[in-house]
Amino acid sequence: MISILTAHWSELVEGMKYTIGSSLIALIGSLILGIIFAMFVISPNRWLRIIGSVYVEIFRNIPLLVVAMFFYIVMPRFVPGLDGFKAGTIGLTIYTSAFIAETFRAGIESVAVGQMEAARSNGMTYLQAMKYIILPQATKIVIPPLGNQFVNLVKNSSVLAFLAGFDLMYQGNLIASTTFKTTDTYLAVGLLYLVMTMPLSYLMRYLEKRWSRLPTV
Amino acid sequence: MRWRKIKQASVWWLLPLFVLTLMLTGCGQHIVTKDVMQQVAESNEITWGVKGDMRLFGLTDIKSGQVKGFEVDLATAISKEVFGKEVKINFVPVNSNTRLPLLRNGNVDALIATMTITPDRKKEIDFSNSYFNAGQAILVKRGSKVKSVKNLTQGTKVIGIQGSNSVVNIKKYAPQSEVLQLADAAQAFAALKSGQGDAMTTDNGILYGLTSDDKSYHVVGGTFTKEPYGIGVNKHQKKFLSAINQALKKLEDNGDYQKLVDKWFGQIAGFDGSVVK
Amino acid sequence: MQNFIDAYSWVNLRFLLEGLWVTIYVSAISVVLSFIIGSILGLIRYVKIKYLSMIVGFIIDLIRNLPLLLIIFFMYFGLPSTFGIRLNTVTAAIVALTVFESAMLAEIIRSGIQSIGVGQMEAARSNGLTYLQAMWYIILPQAFRNMVPPIVSQFVSLVKDSSLATIILLPELMYHSQIIYGQNTNYMIPMFVALAFLYFVICFLLSRLSKRLARRLH
Repeated sequence: MISILTAHWSELVEGMKYTIGSSLIALIGSLILGIIFAMFVISPNRWLRIIGSVYVEIFRNIPLLVVAMFFYIVMPRFVPGLDGFKAGTIGLTIYTSAFIAETFRAGIESVAVGQMEAARSNGMTYLQAMKYIILPQATKIVIPPLGNQFVNLVKNSSVLAFLAGFDLMYQGNLIASTTFKTTDTYLAVGLLYLVMTMPLSYLMRYLEKRWSRLPTV
Repeated sequence: MRWRKIKQASVWWLLPLFVLTLMLTGCGQHIVTKDVMQQVAESNEITWGVKGDMRLFGLTDIKSGQVKGFEVDLATAISKEVFGKEVKINFVPVNSNTRLPLLRNGNVDALIATMTITPDRKKEIDFSNSYFNAGQAILVKRGSKVKSVKNLTQGTKVIGIQGSNSVVNIKKYAPQSEVLQLADAAQAFAALKSGQGDAMTTDNGILYGLTSDDKSYHVVGGTFTKEPYGIGVNKHQKKFLSAINQALKKLEDNGDYQKLVDKWFGQIAGFDGSVVK
Repeated sequence: MQNFIDAYSWVNLRFLLEGLWVTIYVSAISVVLSFIIGSILGLIRYVKIKYLSMIVGFIIDLIRNLPLLLIIFFMYFGLPSTFGIRLNTVTAAIVALTVFESAMLAEIIRSGIQSIGVGQMEAARSNGLTYLQAMWYIILPQAFRNMVPPIVSQFVSLVKDSSLATIILLPELMYHSQIIYGQNTNYMIPMFVALAFLYFVICFLLSRLSKRLARRLH
């Protein structure tokens, strides 16, 4: 395993760059999309609610691999220029955004309905009440599950390997198939994944403990 | 976060890593040592690794779920020659990425899976005499500017198959082209069709198989390498290997081999049957 | 349109359903196994048995932080070469899914029990129940009620994750669809529609079922 790490260090690091890049882009994208669709789901407008729920239900119930493959081999017919990295990252973003929307919805709903009414009766608009009263409180509740989602993102970005997306898993496959040292290669790849995910999940656990000690209103 | 906490946290994730590393440096390569000849004689059952997505060589038939193709037929003929007509023959689908580990781990007794005999692979496993002479070629959409491997210059993308010898070769013949490696021929062709690359490269026989039901793609520029296919067996299976070679020789001599070639490759346009062997 | 009609021929549909059956079969066995193993591991982690809980915790953390793809590879290629245990694709997929989901479930179960709080346990103990009795009659039933939604969404993930086993050529739904569109690339879009539909139906039904179950428990 050590020999794989030393002999193929540059490819593995290159793969880690793509893995981290894809995860970061997908994190930001899915946060934005997730919040938008969470707002749809809880909005007073019936049509927005339907759109939001359909989006969330569809992408929560279809495998990430199917979504990513769809963007890789079907979508380029309509949108040229979607290579493996882009298609995989878009798939990852959309897939994760459904989970983030669901997390936010639960978080917002757990902040009592009374608060919204109180804010509205004090003359705030719906959006103002959301922005100043509800979202700040909900954020505190959703931080730990969001952290878990980010760890999942790093792990899930391994679907890029199916799409020639140059990520760590893809590089691992190539190294395994040229050196024939299958077990050693995947162990080395596993170690590198742990280096990325372990600190993240311990950080999240620490934050979770800290947040839970704070009063949540 | 306080400094002490950070230190505490880092110990918590370093420790498992350390344990893992210790665990792994200790583990050796387990090698299947049982003699295949003896094992098949006892169980009357032999397992071949074959391709499941290569038209003409080994393709899963959607109607029956069985794998069919030249290599499947050849494996059947060889098995019957070596172990008698009653032997039960299992076929396990493999791809270029999974075939070597599966053979070495003993999931399959032998591989007949469009595998080129190469010096690198010879270090890992043993090969029978060649049963098929393929050559690497490229496949493009009709009307493409790419006419041969020489056109794969800077800025082009070529799609190959993970673990195949052709992705090793293409880096020599078209060093400036970006190589995208997909898991198997079906995925690679799907990627080519959706415009992920300018050309797809692998062995000519496989490419002809792909074009046989899609006329909008064609093989251009002829072959630029020699890819003799061999049957792969594990290193210490000398008896099994020589039995396979004898069976191959016999099938060639009695004309059965030629019948199989005619059956699978006789109708393929652009495929010169005489180059097969 | 013609592509859709041709793609959904009886032969192709039957082949897809055969794949679906493998998906369901592999998922169902993994769900049962990982629920049992995950519960045991979660409890061990919760009750804090010296050393044992720590080791179990390490292993759970390791597995939870690795991509499932890697675990699948390891079960299929790594186990034979390190321990001499040889698995076919179906068992390798079941073992990999079980190992991965057990670790995820153990964490859900541990935090579920923890959320019930120390007060309940103390109250039960002061009423004369033993530790195990308090656990079995007071803590676990309450914890279980809270845990149903996350556990079921983990099971939904399991069904979806089984598609990753196509990498070791497990003949499940995703792999069978790839074989079909690999042989006729005109069927690509119809196959993706079918894939999305079939996975959606299974996963959606599963999550509806859990909502009903959760409502009944409350």
